[in-house]
Amino acid sequence: MSLANRYSAGEHRFGMVIDIDKCTGCGGCTVACMSENNVGVLYDETDKIRSITWMRVYQVDNGKPFPETQVAFFPRPCLHCEGSHGHHTPCVSVCPATATDYDPQTGIVSQIPTRCIGCRYCVGACPYHARYFNWFDTPWPAGLERPLNPAVAPRMRGVVEKCTFCYHRYQRAKNKAFLGGGKVEEMDYQTACTEACPSGAITFGDLKNPNHKVAQLAQSPECFRLLERLGTNNKVYYRTTREWVRRLADNYLKDEKPGQVAAS
Amino acid sequence: MTTHEQGQAKRSGADWLLFVVGFVLFSALGFWGTPALLYAEKPQPFQFSHKVHMEQVSEGCKSCHSFREDGSFTGIPSTDKCKECHSDSPQGNTPQEKTFVEEYLNKGKPVDWQVYSKQPACVFFSHAAHAENAGLECKKCHGDHGDSEKLRTYQQNRLTGYSRDIWGWSILGMGDPPKRMKMDNCADCHRANGVRDACFVCHK
Repeated sequence: MSLANRYSAGEHRFGMVIDIDKCTGCGGCTVACMSENNVGVLYDETDKIRSITWMRVYQVDNGKPFPETQVAFFPRPCLHCEGSHGHHTPCVSVCPATATDYDPQTGIVSQIPTRCIGCRYCVGACPYHARYFNWFDTPWPAGLERPLNPAVAPRMRGVVEKCTFCYHRYQRAKNKAFLGGGKVEEMDYQTACTEACPSGAITFGDLKNPNHKVAQLAQSPECFRLLERLGTNNKVYYRTTREWVRRLADNYLKDEKPGQVAAS
Repeated sequence: MTTHEQGQAKRSGADWLLFVVGFVLFSALGFWGTPALLYAEKPQPFQFSHKVHMEQVSEGCKSCHSFREDGSFTGIPSTDKCKECHSDSPQGNTPQEKTFVEEYLNKGKPVDWQVYSKQPACVFFSHAAHAENAGLECKKCHGDHGDSEKLRTYQQNRLTGYSRDIWGWSILGMGDPPKRMKMDNCADCHRANGVRDACFVCHK
């Protein structure tokens, strides 16, 4: 199926291609994301079940002993699932408070913390662990409220938050377009993680716009999505040429070959 | 005769009078007492006349409340913006201007205005979308603030810290903008004009 036809009608489908073969696992994207989106540092950041990382880098290896060991990294933002028929984003379908919705225009899954009731159904529904519950109020040390990003509202204890593809940057780009009378160009709207990645592993743009680099890259047979057979029809593509990395991206049977198994 | 009927029979003119007096008393307390308890008055640093300034400038509100090149809105102008016209000695002879020039302009200090229409942190509002793209007049939401001779009283909700303009000056929450700047007011206008009202359009 061609890239644009995978998604329902709508002006844009913002998405990413993350090149795993380029990712060094430095964590620059995670830091840039936390800084951009006012994600604070908790009292105990070693408690990874309760810490918050909208953009999280997962480390995988091929399971072989030295010297054959190989390591790869999966940077994981929110994957902004659309579902197979245009409106079945796993988290959106379970939210009882309509605190999250799927934007038919941009394909971005929103999260409105002020509307969230903290039931955490969405955290359970997300197959990618992309949603985080605020178990604590972030303890901003004195003075650290000053470098907060005014374009992103800080959250309080008891609500869920997640990556929004830096939606405030899209709003900002639209402002510029309104004033100039033009359109939002590819480089006007880039996420913080994309800009921060030192090896250029992340490409961001509109998957529906054939002129955008992301739309060209995502067509490659070397690109795949995480747990594609769940039918989440998400918009974050990963790219690798290594067979073993690709096998880890979904639950393949021994006799199945990745890339030849049809997505549901 | 049941107790209930007895009660009805015994109700006299004095009972009714007491009811009316009580009703009026507590309504009055609710209408005038509640706002006094709920809202704190905060003074503006000094008086400012929009009218005087509007007569001096050529491009209306936009002369001082302008857009930056990147499409963001400057809001209340910085002291530097005032410097484009004001020099280091007062042009008029009002004590307000003297205060401004001496205390702020010459010291390069920003004026700590209380902002009537400041929205909560979770609200994204784009002046570019409304004033430029949709071509709305400033008056539509800000009323005749631009023609006012004096800054009106700024009141702050003691519980939320928000300006009273958000809830509206009517304690029942009635009236059109600028008396009220609640989410419903935004959503009503969006629906009436066929603009999307999804959460992420105005929230952040």
